[in-house]
Amino acid sequence: VADIVALRSRPGPGGGRLAALVRAHGLTGLVGPADSYAVEPDGVRERVLPVLPELRGLLPAGGLRRGSTVAVAPRGSFGATSVLLALLAAASAAGSWCAVVGMPALGLVAAAEFGIALDRLALVPEPGPEWPAVVAALLDGLDVVVAAPPGPIAAPLAGRLAARARQRGSVLVPYGSWSGADVVLEAVGGRWAGLDRGRGRLSRRELVISRRGRGAAALPRQATLWLPRPLVEPEPEVLPAPLLEAVG
Amino acid sequence: MSRAMVVWCPDWPVAAAGLTEDVPVHEPVAVLAANRVVACSAAARSEGIRRGLRKREAQSRCPYLVVVEDDPARDARAFEPVVAAIEELAPGVEVVRPGAAAIAARGPARYFGSEAAAGERIVEHIAQSCTVEAQAGVADGVFAAGLAARRGYLVPPGATPAFLAGIDVAALDRPDLIDLLRRLGVGTLGAFAALPHTDVLARFGADAALAHRLAAGRDERPLAARQPPPDLDVGQTFDEPLERVDMAAFAARQLAERLHERLAGHGLACTRLGIAAVTEHGAELYRTWRHDGLLTAAAIADRVRWQLDGWLNSWRSLRSRGPGAPQATSSLLAALVSPDAARPGPGAIVRLRLYPDGVVEHAGLQLGLWGDAGEERDRAHRALTRVQGMLGPDAVVTAVLDGGRDPADRIRLVPWGDERPEPAQEPWPGRLPAPSPATVPPEPLPVVVVDATGVPVRVTDRLAVSGAPAKLSRKSETAEIAGWAGPWPVDERWWAPEEGSRRVRFQVCLADGRAYLLTLADGGWTVSGVYD
Repeated sequence: VADIVALRSRPGPGGGRLAALVRAHGLTGLVGPADSYAVEPDGVRERVLPVLPELRGLLPAGGLRRGSTVAVAPRGSFGATSVLLALLAAASAAGSWCAVVGMPALGLVAAAEFGIALDRLALVPEPGPEWPAVVAALLDGLDVVVAAPPGPIAAPLAGRLAARARQRGSVLVPYGSWSGADVVLEAVGGRWAGLDRGRGRLSRRELVISRRGRGAAALPRQATLWLPRPLVEPEPEVLPAPLLEAVG
Repeated sequence: MSRAMVVWCPDWPVAAAGLTEDVPVHEPVAVLAANRVVACSAAARSEGIRRGLRKREAQSRCPYLVVVEDDPARDARAFEPVVAAIEELAPGVEVVRPGAAAIAARGPARYFGSEAAAGERIVEHIAQSCTVEAQAGVADGVFAAGLAARRGYLVPPGATPAFLAGIDVAALDRPDLIDLLRRLGVGTLGAFAALPHTDVLARFGADAALAHRLAAGRDERPLAARQPPPDLDVGQTFDEPLERVDMAAFAARQLAERLHERLAGHGLACTRLGIAAVTEHGAELYRTWRHDGLLTAAAIADRVRWQLDGWLNSWRSLRSRGPGAPQATSSLLAALVSPDAARPGPGAIVRLRLYPDGVVEHAGLQLGLWGDAGEERDRAHRALTRVQGMLGPDAVVTAVLDGGRDPADRIRLVPWGDERPEPAQEPWPGRLPAPSPATVPPEPLPVVVVDATGVPVRVTDRLAVSGAPAKLSRKSETAEIAGWAGPWPVDERWWAPEEGSRRVRFQVCLADGRAYLLTLADGGWTVSGVYD
């Protein structure tokens, strides 16, 4: 990706090489109709919400595309909640409104440490039997809705909620087993560092995230995330949007 | 010059204490602020108690003196019935201070025949309805009328400067100026009034110039009459009980428009809205909605509709379950105390009332400069309020970082729409270092931690660990501990036996990469956080 960014920033004809590079890196998913990155007429709502740089490669649009369904699947009890928080972090910090439904055990101090703005994070810890109605109502108004289903969810209901998200331009992030998600992120490995026998403290962790999905995300891919992330962003915010002009 | 009547209640702080706290006002009583007497009863005065005495000095003059702490709020509260009593006879009351109220004398004087008759009638009415002793005084201007009331005197029209001339300058109630005037040899208001006005202004400043006008009897400030608070509630009684949501929505919109019109007519807006409904079974339902901006007509209509929607739906779901469903004997309690239980409904709605609560002056709403408080926020707000309508106001929360030592203690949940307190910034000794566990079980999960020989690990009072933790087991699952750190002790609120908590925390890392925050308290291990 760094090569592509470097190439893009260089002026002059380089479109052909760039296109080849994009293909070689399997980033063809990034290429879409040019207007998908255009700012909507109201000038406020971008089509793609930002994510942490490490996660950009896992999502076909390089971020959370509005209207899509990005599931986080807990496997065992390792890392899934951190994947979820990492997924929300950049969008929330950039000003998006997020809601979390049905997760009474979410560690909110950890969420704040990830950079999630707690004043824009609404929580519905106990939605009860009205879970689908609550999620549907929240999809109407919030940018990202994390929904932890209370049990197995029937495929038609999942489809209805996904359609609602598509129609309203929100991002649905099911946390749990979910059929029909565009992208499914999973924590597949990692380890904690800093703890010895009787000494030290948990200080740093490596988290390996894999994706599967359909369409542009069908190609499995992995990314490694080191947490906690450094406070200073090492690279400037680069959205893949301008890439398109060059690829043409 | 307008004639003013002042109704003055002598020793009001004492009388107020007598009204609200059953202090025996006919005994020697003194009200003290900052250890000095600010008011005393007549009996105390005859014992030699004066304003400004120290408590000890006052008690030495009168050993059985009853001492009451000064409370301006109590004085103001107790004066409200007196104001209401005056208002019954004469409109347009200005409260000068708790204990003194001014009215325009002209109207009551005409109505009751003369100023003397009006004063007498008002004083008598106060005595009958509030059992408070009062005196009335009439003069040109409120200042002179106040002094006249202390003497129970009616100053004839035009005689005010002569009346004021003989009064001591202390009546001006400006300690610095009074002190200065005394040292200049000016002892009475008449002597002060005789000074040239421009010189007073040039030498003593604007406030003294105002005092000079008062002393000369030229008190031209009109009365700022108290307006009786307007009645802002709107309500409607329905001949046909509302059973369907669309009927309710229609009614809600109408009521909301009326409420909004009424508020806007007074230049007001409300930030809290109370919705009260009476059902056909006579149950009363009430819920308050909060909004951190201002409620517009549409917002009021939405909230009323959602609330009615909730009430009517809960009732219908009961009905659809047929006659076998449990009948709600006390539907009010059932609906309000356990909103998420079986929810036996209260019945169709026959009367609806909207109470604007938290009324503020509507001076326009300031939107955020960068659009933060703009459209996005409104959309989110509507969606979240909608969910509150389904589940109740406390079901949607946001988190505020608070002081605390464990991850669960550091979060305070605030219902959506309530004011968010400032996050705590202070350092908190004993706080666990970042990163924090991403999963914090609402109820700590009990586990067993054993050392290499299979003996449960304990920690002594001196924080010595009995053996290195080697295995962690929960239910039937057992895992090897690869790394651990601790114990990190906490001894919280040891001074309050019921709230106290003594515990130690450990971080453990299992061989498969999972990490936990464990707590050991009273010999039992629990998982209080998962580094998920």
